[in-house]
Amino acid sequence: MAHYRCNLGGELFRFGSLGEVMAKATPGRSGDALAGLIAGSDVERVAAQMVLADLPLKDFLSEALIPYETDEVTRLIMDSHDTAAFAPVSHMTVGQFRDWLLSDQASAPVLKSLAPGLTPEMVAAVSKLMRNRDLIAVPRKIDVVTSFRSTLGLAGRIGSRLQPNHPADDLKGIVASTLDGLSYAVGDAVIGINPATDNIPTAMSLLSMLDELIARYEIPTQSCVLTHVTNSIEIMNRGAPLDLVFQSVAGTQAANDGFGVTLAMLKEAHEAALSLNRGTVGNNVMYFETGQGSALSAEAHHGVDQQTLEVRAYAVCRAFDPLIVNTVVGFIGPEYLYDGKEITRAGLEDHFCGKLLGLPMGCDVCYTNHAEADQNDMDVLMTLLADARAHFLIAVPGADDIMLNYQSLSFHDMAYLRNAFGLKAAPEFESWLEGMGLINDHGHLIDSTHGTQRLLEAAS
Amino acid sequence: MSAPTDTRDPWAKLRAATPARIGLGRAGTGLPTSDNLDFQFAHARARDAVHSALDVSRLEQDLAAFEVIQVTSAAPDRATYLRRPDLGRRLGANEGANLPAQPCDVMFVIADGLSSAAVQTHAAAVIEAASAKLTGFAIGPVVIATQARVAIGDEIGQAIGARLTVLLVGERPGLTVADSLGAYLTYGPAPGVKDSARNCLSNIHAKGGMSYDLAAEKIAWLTRAALRMELTGTGLKEEADPTEIPDASDATQALNTPQT
Repeated sequence: MAHYRCNLGGELFRFGSLGEVMAKATPGRSGDALAGLIAGSDVERVAAQMVLADLPLKDFLSEALIPYETDEVTRLIMDSHDTAAFAPVSHMTVGQFRDWLLSDQASAPVLKSLAPGLTPEMVAAVSKLMRNRDLIAVPRKIDVVTSFRSTLGLAGRIGSRLQPNHPADDLKGIVASTLDGLSYAVGDAVIGINPATDNIPTAMSLLSMLDELIARYEIPTQSCVLTHVTNSIEIMNRGAPLDLVFQSVAGTQAANDGFGVTLAMLKEAHEAALSLNRGTVGNNVMYFETGQGSALSAEAHHGVDQQTLEVRAYAVCRAFDPLIVNTVVGFIGPEYLYDGKEITRAGLEDHFCGKLLGLPMGCDVCYTNHAEADQNDMDVLMTLLADARAHFLIAVPGADDIMLNYQSLSFHDMAYLRNAFGLKAAPEFESWLEGMGLINDHGHLIDSTHGTQRLLEAAS
Repeated sequence: MSAPTDTRDPWAKLRAATPARIGLGRAGTGLPTSDNLDFQFAHARARDAVHSALDVSRLEQDLAAFEVIQVTSAAPDRATYLRRPDLGRRLGANEGANLPAQPCDVMFVIADGLSSAAVQTHAAAVIEAASAKLTGFAIGPVVIATQARVAIGDEIGQAIGARLTVLLVGERPGLTVADSLGAYLTYGPAPGVKDSARNCLSNIHAKGGMSYDLAAEKIAWLTRAALRMELTGTGLKEEADPTEIPDASDATQALNTPQT
């Protein structure tokens, strides 16, 4: 493995494997330090980045970071690689690939057709050579459009998940938070509940309540209860009104085992949800969540850095044609992403990597109370992600999730992003908001409680 | 200067249905000043709960009726502790020397965890109430461990020779409650015990959480059952008061949360 070396400032740096080069080239974060994978010094990190920059992209097709024989995510990545789509960049090194991505040659249609030719490892590698501005400039150019009852990802628009969680799954409480969110024009990507009690009867009653609400107001959106994929399969068998199948996924087979999920289960659920035909304008029926650190947390990281593993999770998502994917970027805690700087970087990386692989990538811009972060950091990250053309962001009442005990964005924040950047909701949802008297023809919230009154009266 | 747009009134009825921050009104698209300050107060309180050092001597005074031993984890400071959960799960070098063998049925360990406020406020009262319900058992010394996570109790319990540890830990603070205490019961404490081999009570606090009395009752019930059945964890289901019992999936979920 002598070729992973670099002479820098009179010092010779050697790296034992491709995985070590990738890990040490990664901008510093607590999770890689915890795993013992981080560069020993800033200069060593730059040396690793220099080695990485000179590696041919092709190398990632011949050297698996996690063995093909023992990991079904590796097999999925290798077996589904599209050689023809890869051709335009197949001669490039990682560093040349970065330069090309930033150039005008890498236009929206070119990037779209390239996506199936890229592996997660190639995408992770190039992201490690990019600055935050690069991580914004590239996904800005990428179009990913998905749909179910609303169309997400169109130019000039940003979607939102309305997250009306309640610590006791109280139906009235969830409706109250849902109506609050709708009055702020939030919920075009999904109205999605994390249940406090994760079992089938609870999920079914929540789904029926949301289905009834969506039908009564004729809202062009979809609902989801974020329960395990096996629960969703059973819920569909029992005939409950399920729009989207949810699952948390990770980038290694062992970490997915920890979540109790396999590719076969996801395939079964995907096919079952497609057969329900509940979408009106499209049939993207899957909702995935990911987050850096999940594999280490499950002690299933194989010596690979957390950002590379995160991007491998996107290969799992990509196989099932999702409506939305989001990285829950600051949720897992400071042992993986320590502070606002690390959370911001990770949020931009995840969004860039997901989009480059062709995913409808969004983000839960969030933090826990033991992280060195606060709402100011979220203000910055949400603004950057809106600029980077995030597919959707998550919002909760007053930024305070009272069930999961962490802070995300508030409904107000979605209104800020839409007003400040002239971004609109999904077109079907926008028409509905106008009809309800909640927004004006610029997409701004109306300074009158009339629309809200109407919303509330219909609820009682 | 224009007044904040007021959309509060329509929400009066719905606000009673949830503790969520709904119907806040808005200033442009921002939070009105008073709500913004309320939020910052809640976050500041949560951060203080994470970062304030436990006042060990005050806690020792509160535990005057008990023999108390103090130890520290392998994490030298709060910043390291937050980055390195593995260090918080182990005793610091030579700390084991402070823990002479005193074989007993049950011992209490206090770990500051992620909220020193929770431990400072509730731990002594819970230990007092629980030991009063454990007559007839040999109760060991109380060990206070700082910069400590749940699994540190395994090494401590093994050194002392306790059949069972009851570890009280400050839970990750939320905006609404920053001083919530958790209790983890572990039979046969020894390094390497799996989280699934513990029983857990959570949300012991004074803002609508579990009362000291109820927590003590549950701890006593679980202790008696664990010592009789010689196990804790998924094989031991709480039956003290069926209406209050979290189901197995809740228990597993609680055990898998990152704060442990």
